[in-house]
Amino acid sequence: MKFQIALAQIKPLLGDIKKNLEIHLDFIHRAADQGADLVVFPELSLTGYYLEDLAPDVALEPGRSAVLDTIKGVTDQRRIDVVCGFVEVAPDYRFFNSAGYLSGGEIVHIHRKVYLPTYGMFDEGRFLAAGDVIRAFDNRFGRMGLLICEDLWHPSTLYLMAHDDAQVLLAVSAGPGRGLRREEKFGSMYAWEAITRSAAQAYMLYVAYVNRTGTEDGVIFSGGSELINPFGQGLVKARELDEDLCIGEIDMLEIRRARTLYPLLRDERLDLTLRELKRIYRKRYQLD
Amino acid sequence: MSSPSIEPASAAFSGFNAPLASRALVVLIHDEVTKVGFQRALIGLSGGIDSAVVAFLAAQALGPRNTFCVMMPYRTSTPASVRDAEAVIQTLGVEGLKIDISPMVDAYLETSPGTDRIRSGNVMARVRMMVLFDQSAAHQALVLGTSNKTELLVGYGTLFGDMASAVAPIGDLYKTEVRSLAKHLGVPSSILEKPPTADLWEGQSDEAELGLTYDELDRILVEVVDKRIPLDEMSERGFDPSQVERVMNMIRSTQFKRRSPIIPKISTRSVNHDFLYKRDWGK
Repeated sequence: MKFQIALAQIKPLLGDIKKNLEIHLDFIHRAADQGADLVVFPELSLTGYYLEDLAPDVALEPGRSAVLDTIKGVTDQRRIDVVCGFVEVAPDYRFFNSAGYLSGGEIVHIHRKVYLPTYGMFDEGRFLAAGDVIRAFDNRFGRMGLLICEDLWHPSTLYLMAHDDAQVLLAVSAGPGRGLRREEKFGSMYAWEAITRSAAQAYMLYVAYVNRTGTEDGVIFSGGSELINPFGQGLVKARELDEDLCIGEIDMLEIRRARTLYPLLRDERLDLTLRELKRIYRKRYQLD
Repeated sequence: MSSPSIEPASAAFSGFNAPLASRALVVLIHDEVTKVGFQRALIGLSGGIDSAVVAFLAAQALGPRNTFCVMMPYRTSTPASVRDAEAVIQTLGVEGLKIDISPMVDAYLETSPGTDRIRSGNVMARVRMMVLFDQSAAHQALVLGTSNKTELLVGYGTLFGDMASAVAPIGDLYKTEVRSLAKHLGVPSSILEKPPTADLWEGQSDEAELGLTYDELDRILVEVVDKRIPLDEMSERGFDPSQVERVMNMIRSTQFKRRSPIIPKISTRSVNHDFLYKRDWGK
């Protein structure tokens, strides 16, 4: 199985869902015209990032959202799957930083961001609820994992996705560029390259990393989206600091090849990990 | 002077990536100006390095035709300042405008005899602000500020004067970094080489007023602000504790300049407290 994946490195407007939907439709059609089977948008692509008190105002109810219905419709018409980011309001009125996988006119999967950065320049935990599920899901191409930004900085999420049999990791972010000392590019971009490459290489899976661009109140989102193969090699990379749409190929046979050469997942001792985790858990919470 | 074990700021910042900083700031200026529906930016050009750097960045971001530089000399301003500002305008091919603020400033100062030079300097800075924001409306151009990170942190600026702007592009760059960026951008050498001055009175010097050189200031600031080195570890790192203390006092005593006015919390949802929307709301 081979398919074409498009990295839609867009520049969303802060809190203007209508205009952001237009941007999405434009990129979806352009990606479909270029033969893409799946197009991935960044974190909070429909709303913008620094929402603060806007979060409840822009929140969508996945089952009853005209915006998501429009995108669902296009996935059906153009035979292209879409990953997009939005604020999700749950029936109990918690607001999540969510990303959805839409295909064939349906929402196939929603991931609620588990790790909300609330320190330094980030304040998500003040305005949003944290998800508590890390789970891979099936779609027409195979099995994938969907993670949002800070989730990837917690290696446990990658471990769980890999052992839940994800073959492709969809990693969406709103990553600000920062740190200009002794670097050829923003220091934060080196960190993303390290994390996405090591995830791909350690677990022999594809990583499709999609970061946003544009600015919000002086924060410069750095772009640099990239598709990485199961050997940890970059296949296509989007520009830095500007909008871009780039398309790469995912060949599921590459995963087989990587896992044949490096049977690390086969050799992983889940029982050992679990046993030690249980011990650490009991110690951490003083249960003995 | 601090111990020789400390490298000079120019060395401490030697890895500063001026080309990337320039690229990022050009993107930001373009984005912020166009987001508010403008095409143009307006800069008060003093003849110094900070406003020259902002003018160079704006000219790249928006084009020279969309970059308005306003020179606002007072009668005591050094003639060299205007010459250097004119050199920037000529080099870049941007739109230049000269407005003599002497009649406006003097009209006020005459009503208030005995004004010392600090107060007079603040009046000049605030008259310049008034001119800039009026020209901003006249030309539909966004006011770009020229404060750098060093000045902002030690509070070396006039509140609602030179600190007033819509966007302060170099507000996160230390003076040392601004110098490096200026070289990269090709700012005229007469501007690069002269000693920094607010030019509010004859012979004024930033470094004499601050009591430290920018080199000394930046080395201390990058440790305590960027690296969050605890103050009691600064002397182990070779810094003079009295200098560090002096810098910390400047930072603490000028915090009000970096914040909005205090609004008493009375209602359930209040501006500045829990009415939280970014400036770029909807943009």
